Amino acid sequence: MPKEIIKIDNLKRYFKVGDETVKALRGVSFTIYEGEFVTIMGTSGSGKSTLLNTLGCLDTPTAGDYYLDGINVSGMGKNERARIRNRKIGFIFQNYNLLPKTTALENVELPLLYNSAISAKQRSEMAEKCLREVGLGDRLYHKSNQMSGGQQQRVAIARALVNNPAIILADEATGNLDTRTSFSILTLFQKLYNEGKTLIFVTHNPEIAMYSSRNILLKDGRIVSDEYNSDIKSAEEVYINLPVDND
Amino acid sequence: MNIKNLLKVALKALNNNKMRCFLTMLGVIIGVGAVIAMLAIGQGSKNSIKAQISEMGSNMIMIFPGAENRGGVRQSSDDMQTLKPADYEAIVNQATTVAKITPTVSSSGQWIFGNNNYPSQLQGVNSQYLDIRQRRVTQGEMFTEEDVKRAAKVAVIGKTLVDNLFPDGTDPVGKVVRFGSIPMTIIGVLDEKGYNTMGQDQDNIALAPYTTVMKRVLATDYLQGIQASAVDEEETQRTIAEITDILRTQHKLKDTDVDNFTIRSMQELAEMISSTSAMMTVLLAAVAGISLLVGGIGIMNIMIVSVTERTREIGLRMSIGARGKDIMMQFLIEAVIISVTGGILGILLGAFATWMIKAIANWPVMIEASSVVLSFVVCTIIGIIFGFYPAAKASNLDPIEAIRYE
Repeated sequence: MPKEIIKIDNLKRYFKVGDETVKALRGVSFTIYEGEFVTIMGTSGSGKSTLLNTLGCLDTPTAGDYYLDGINVSGMGKNERARIRNRKIGFIFQNYNLLPKTTALENVELPLLYNSAISAKQRSEMAEKCLREVGLGDRLYHKSNQMSGGQQQRVAIARALVNNPAIILADEATGNLDTRTSFSILTLFQKLYNEGKTLIFVTHNPEIAMYSSRNILLKDGRIVSDEYNSDIKSAEEVYINLPVDND
Repeated sequence: MNIKNLLKVALKALNNNKMRCFLTMLGVIIGVGAVIAMLAIGQGSKNSIKAQISEMGSNMIMIFPGAENRGGVRQSSDDMQTLKPADYEAIVNQATTVAKITPTVSSSGQWIFGNNNYPSQLQGVNSQYLDIRQRRVTQGEMFTEEDVKRAAKVAVIGKTLVDNLFPDGTDPVGKVVRFGSIPMTIIGVLDEKGYNTMGQDQDNIALAPYTTVMKRVLATDYLQGIQASAVDEEETQRTIAEITDILRTQHKLKDTDVDNFTIRSMQELAEMISSTSAMMTVLLAAVAGISLLVGGIGIMNIMIVSVTERTREIGLRMSIGARGKDIMMQFLIEAVIISVTGGILGILLGAFATWMIKAIANWPVMIEASSVVLSFVVCTIIGIIFGFYPAAKASNLDPIEAIRYE
């Protein structure tokens, strides 16, 4: 039996907006095992962002339990959650969120800066290794504004990998990219999946589900389907067959 | 995050906004520069006054005959006849904290040598006068106790008199000049001192044994004053009390009687003058301090803008593991770097301004180490105080909202 990375049990998250209570999550339960590539899908308002924030320890649930890598994080305070985010989670955002005027290497080193156990030397070694892994070995000292969207997202992926997290959370990671670049990023995700990394990809694009190992569909704060994908398509094949834009 | 990394991050952020950072700093630079320069001017004038006073002998005590006030009428001490040579002798014999003491009597008149003449004072003193007033005889020598006993007709004269009586440069020592109608042999010349703080020519002076002035010039039995120096500057007050006791006994005053003499110390004068100058310094520094405050507000303003501008960065840092404390420190350190760097540049500017003031206006200036240290500390505190609100604002951001901030 593979290791349980994420286990949520009857997770609820309510927001107070004026006099009304918005029920963003109305009791969500699932378990994600090590090495899975899960897409969480839903339209806007389905609660997927709230779920992502909760899984990413940015938000605390109103009710329910959340175990991350065997630790119950649902009742943790701010600082403890910050530590968990630093050690166990890698975030990838739609708009990359790289620091401006900062080199790829420095951007990737960033999470390690908040871990005092890691020396400056280790930091740059680890960051360099991750950048090579995402195919940016020759772009270590390029600044974020000198790189294309796809390259920036690769830097962001390297940043998410650098602390060797238990789970990588991607929020519409291909949302800002053209089709070809999207597939090159998806190819990278699949490569990480094949290496045994655990990935969660939150998106509203149903196409992405074909390339992941499991698909959870959310609607109005509840899970409407949770299916394993036995026929994972290769993003690399699509990428290779896409015409190169020569205009 | 450790302090080294925090510094690196802060420096990088400031480096990304050099112009803005410099302009913000400018407020502090000018503020600190002004404080340094103002304190330097204040301290400089205070020091020069102090130096002039101590040149006159800061442990000097002057005793005048008569009370300050009699029946509401202030009388000239020269007219009062309460101090006698016996009083002087009593102090000499009984006082323990008096280092040097001399009676004083003076007369003004015309000095005549050949066809030159010049008006001046003749001070009747004893040889200890030189020590009390910190003067020296540069040519010839001072009269002795023997001369005092004999009421010898000898005098020691100052440079102004020498220049006016002997314009051709003749050595005055040994020459006989006349003070009014009394012939006096010049036996020495005093060192040159120039003008004092009150604008008196300290070289327009002649000294003779007080006995000579009393018997041969004024024909009086009374002293016009006694000048003494305390053993120690710090002991001046005790010395004054001691002399008061001796004189009261000597004058057979009852407990209910007021003193029929007045004692003044140079220290009181010094304190009075330096307290005026200290007040000026405080005023100048306060005005300069206000500009420093304005500089601090500038820092706060820019830091608030910076926090808003970098909301996404803050959100990102939080989502990858920065605690509120880390974010707080990051912005606080940025503010402190701006203010401290501004402070250092301000100290340099202040030093330069001070140098300019000295070079152009030729004012006495003095930069004290304490004012430099003070500005430095104040800058750090200003950085912390005015950086605190923006830093706290940054650290309290919700990472979920911050990361999606547009």
